[in-house]
Amino acid sequence: MNLCVKNLHVTIGKENILNGINLTIPSGEVHAIMGPNGSGKSTLAMVLAGSSNYNIKSGSILLNNKELIHMSPNERASEGLFLAFQNPIEIPGVNNAYFLRTIIKAHKKYNKMSIVDITSLIESYMLKLGISSDFLKRDVNDCFSGGEKKRNEIIQMMILEPKFSILDEIDSGLDIDALKFVSISIGNFLKTNPSSSILLVTHYSRLFKYIKPVKIHILIGGKIVTSGDMNLVKQLETKGYQHIS
Amino acid sequence: MLSRKNEILQKVNKSIDYKYGFVSDVQENFFPVGLNRNIVKQISLIKKEPQWLLDFRLKAFSHVERLLKIQKFPEWPELDMPNINYNSICYYVSPKDTPKDLNDVDPEILKTYEKLGIPITEQKKLSGIAVDAVFDSVSIATTFKKELETYGVIFSSFSEAVTSHPELVKKYLGKVIPYQDNFYSALNSAVFSDGSFCFIPKNTRCPMELSTYFRINAANTGQFERTLIVAEENSYVSYLEGCTAPMRDENQLHAAIVEIIALQNSHVKYSTVQNWYPGDKNGLGGILNYVTKRGLCIGHYSKISWIQVEVGSAITWKYPSVILKGDYSTGEFYSIAVTNNYQQADTGTKMIHIGKNSSSTIISKGISSGYSQNSYRGMVKILKNAYNSKNYSQCDSLILGNKCGGHTFPVISSHNNSVQVEHEASTSKLSEEKIFYCQQRGLSREDAVNMIIHGFCKSVLNNLPMEFAVEARKLLELTIEDIIF
Repeated sequence: MNLCVKNLHVTIGKENILNGINLTIPSGEVHAIMGPNGSGKSTLAMVLAGSSNYNIKSGSILLNNKELIHMSPNERASEGLFLAFQNPIEIPGVNNAYFLRTIIKAHKKYNKMSIVDITSLIESYMLKLGISSDFLKRDVNDCFSGGEKKRNEIIQMMILEPKFSILDEIDSGLDIDALKFVSISIGNFLKTNPSSSILLVTHYSRLFKYIKPVKIHILIGGKIVTSGDMNLVKQLETKGYQHIS
Repeated sequence: MLSRKNEILQKVNKSIDYKYGFVSDVQENFFPVGLNRNIVKQISLIKKEPQWLLDFRLKAFSHVERLLKIQKFPEWPELDMPNINYNSICYYVSPKDTPKDLNDVDPEILKTYEKLGIPITEQKKLSGIAVDAVFDSVSIATTFKKELETYGVIFSSFSEAVTSHPELVKKYLGKVIPYQDNFYSALNSAVFSDGSFCFIPKNTRCPMELSTYFRINAANTGQFERTLIVAEENSYVSYLEGCTAPMRDENQLHAAIVEIIALQNSHVKYSTVQNWYPGDKNGLGGILNYVTKRGLCIGHYSKISWIQVEVGSAITWKYPSVILKGDYSTGEFYSIAVTNNYQQADTGTKMIHIGKNSSSTIISKGISSGYSQNSYRGMVKILKNAYNSKNYSQCDSLILGNKCGGHTFPVISSHNNSVQVEHEASTSKLSEEKIFYCQQRGLSREDAVNMIIHGFCKSVLNNLPMEFAVEARKLLELTIEDIIF
C-alpha cells in the first residue's frame, strides 16, 4: 500500500474545501483525479505536499504506513513525496543549475555524490527531455515559458525518483509536441521505477493517451463522488460533470 | 542532514550576540572631552600638520560652530536621530605609544585584528590584499606598502600622506566634498584624525586589492576618519572597507568622509562591508554611522563604482554618490542594506550627470525586519548639457515581519530631453510560496530562506570583489539566520 488518505477534511478560513477525502493509491499504479474548476483538486495536491495555507480539520495521510499530517514539507519530500506544481514558482536571482544541484544534494540518495557527477546527471536528463543547455544558466523558472516550467518539474521528478508523485495539471501550457515529450518521459520514469505511483490531477483526458491511469476519481465539491476506469472518462466527455453522481 | 542542522545551530548560537562586540584592553591616550578651537588645534599639533591644513580645519570648525548655533542638521532623512551632545565626545584617542612599525604595535591591538580576521602581521598577510588598519583615531599599520611603491602606488595612512605627499593631499582634499556640504562633513573636516590615502599613477592597474579596516575600541569617543583616493589617467583600483566596534549601551558617533577622484579613463571600485555594532535587541546603544561619500568622475571615460553591504549600525545615514563630469563617464551604486530590531537605515545615492553620454546604474536591495526602518533615498540629476545620458535604477525592498518598514524615496530631475532614465521598484514580503516550493524539493526552511535571500541580493553580491564576496555572503547569511530562525 503506497498512499492512503482517510477522511480528510480541509478548510480555508471558514470555507470547507475538502469534505472527507478517501483515496488509496497502491504502489506502482497511476491514478487520476478529475473534476470541475474549484472542486478542490489543487487544494488536495497542496495539502498532501504539506502547504501551511490550509487548516486540516481531521483525517490522515499515510505514505508507506507513515503518517505525514504533522510533517514539514521537506520531511514529506524526504519520505518520497513529490508535487509537480500547476504553476511552478519563479525564484529570481537563484540560478537553476545551482538550485537543481542543491536539491539533488539534499536527497539521501545523492548526498555523497560530487558536484561534477551531479552536473552530468542533470545534463543526461536534460538530453532525455529535450531541454536546451541555456536552461542551466537561467534563474529558477524565471521568464520560463509554460512548457519550460513543466519540463523543469519533470526533470526534478525523474532525478529525485519519488515513491509517490502528484502531477498537478502537468499538461496545461504544453503544446502537442511538448505534451508528447513529457508524457513519454513520465512513461519511461514508470518503467524504470515500477514501484512508484503517480496521481495525475487534470481537466482533460488528452494526457491519458500516453499515460494510462488504472483508476479515475471524480472530485466534486470537495468529495470524491465516483471512481472508475477509462470508461468513466468516455462518459464524462459525452455528458459532462453534471450527470456524474 | 543532522550534521547540517547542527552546523546551522552552531552558527546561529555564535551569532546571536554581535560577534565583534569585544573590547580590547589597550593603553590609550585620550584628548579631553569636548569640541572647541583648542581641540582642533591640538589634533593638528599632535599630527605635526602644516599651516594650510590647520587653516582648513579651523575654517571647517567655524562652520560647525555656525551650524551648531542655529541647530542646522540634515532633517530630511526618514530617521529618528537622537540628540548628540558634541561637547561630551572625545575627539582623539590613540594607543599610548605611536608605533614606528609593526613590531612596535601593542600586542593587544594585533590580537584584536587577529580576532577580527584582518591580516596585518607579516605572517598573516594575505597575498592580494593590502590593509590599512585604523584603530580608534589612528592608523596602526599599512601592509604591502613597499611592494606597492614599486608600481608607484601610494597607499598610506592619511597623516603620513600629509607629511610625505603634501602637494597631492592639498590639491584634492575637500575638492569633492567641501566642508560646507553638511553638518557631519564640516565636523569631520574640523576634527578628522586619520584614515587612508591612496594614489594610483597614470597607466597603472593596482596589482592588489587595497583595504582599510576601521575599528572603534575606546568608549565615549567618536571616529572621524577621511579617505582620499586619486586615480590618474588609465588606472584601476579596487578598494575595500570594513568596520566593527564593541558592544556598548551608549551610542557612538562615526562621521567619516570618503572622497574619490577619477581622472580620464580610470576606474575606481569602492566596496564596503559595514558591520558596526547595531545596538541590542531593544535598540540600546549602537553606532551612529553618519558618513559622506562622494566620487568625482572628472575625466572622460572615467568610472566610479560604489558597492556596499550594510548590516550594522544603530542608524545609517549614507549616500555614496558620483558626480559625472567627464563625457562618457560612468557611475555605479550597488547596495544591500539589512536592518533588524530597532535599527534605522536611510541610504542611497546621488548621480549627478554633467558630462555628455554619461551613464549611471543604481541597484539597491533593502531587507528589513523586527521593528526596523529601511529607506532607499536616491537622486538622479541630469543637467542641461548632459546630452544622451542614461540612468537605470532598480530599488527592491524585502520585508520580513509585520512591524518593520521598507521605503523608497527616488527623485529624478532631468534638464535635457535627449536622455533616458529608467526607474523600477518593488516591495515584497518574503514569499511563503517560494519557501514551500524549495521545501517540497527537500530543502529545510532555513536553507530555502537563505537561497531565496541570496537570490534577492545576487545582482549586488556579484559585483563585490571575490575576496570580499565570500565574507559578505557569510555575514548576510548569519544576519538573516539571526532574523528568521
